[in-house]
Amino acid sequence: MRYWWKILASILLFYTLIGGFLIEVPRQVILYESIRNLYFHVPMWFTMIFLFLLSTINSIKNLSSGSIEHDRKAIEYVNVGIVFGILGTITGSIWAQFTWGAWWTNDVKLNGSAITMLIYLAYVILRGSMDDEQKRARISAVYNIFAFVMLIVFIGILPRMTDSLHPGNGGNPGFNNYDLDSNMKLVFYPAVIGWILLGLWISDIRLRISRLNEKLNA
Amino acid sequence: MRYFLFIIATLLSFALQAEEIAMADEMRANGKIYVVVAVLAVILIGLISYLVSIDRKLKKLENK
Repeated sequence: MRYWWKILASILLFYTLIGGFLIEVPRQVILYESIRNLYFHVPMWFTMIFLFLLSTINSIKNLSSGSIEHDRKAIEYVNVGIVFGILGTITGSIWAQFTWGAWWTNDVKLNGSAITMLIYLAYVILRGSMDDEQKRARISAVYNIFAFVMLIVFIGILPRMTDSLHPGNGGNPGFNNYDLDSNMKLVFYPAVIGWILLGLWISDIRLRISRLNEKLNA
Repeated sequence: MRYFLFIIATLLSFALQAEEIAMADEMRANGKIYVVVAVLAVILIGLISYLVSIDRKLKKLENK
């Protein structure tokens, strides 16, 4: 049963879907039923950050071991993380239009996440521009570590220092405020784990394809 | 007359207070939210079985 976590991912996602729509949520003006987006929009970003963190760990390992396998993990986790980031941006944009009144605002967190995405796209391009395997692994690993530091600054630190529309940032109360509702916790935490496991599943497939490719080209 | 107006005003204010934040209560009550859940469940089943099938194909290739 080496694939138990894939089954767990499916179960958690189904639970998120059913619980996410049918379990009572707090009544809030402006938000109304859109508060349920918490189960879908926020886990996209958590998954992205989790995958980028795994990628960074593998980049550090690559610098100390020089192993190509670590480089492979670093790039594939970023590839999948970017997809989740794009989904997070689009879902956030839709949510913003119907609660904040605009598809895109100059909120620090929005611009910060956009910059982060560009930094990671640059990582993919940088890595793709080199042919020598060892050199490519090394240089992109160094860049990747800096990229994660920038992510912490742009998504973790800056939004908390100025005003932000996002809950938990700037002068806004944390989403603890409405998450205090135990019904929402009941769905939100399993949702985060489910989406992260789905991200890992897709990464797993990409990694295996990449290994097969290498074998074929050897 | 004054009395009458006062009563109407009180009743009105009660009526306004009773106005609740609109949620999808009715939608849930007449069962239509289940339609959305069903549609999304189909999509999720489709996507996950697609992932499983890709996973299996890959395993076959790996075993070669």
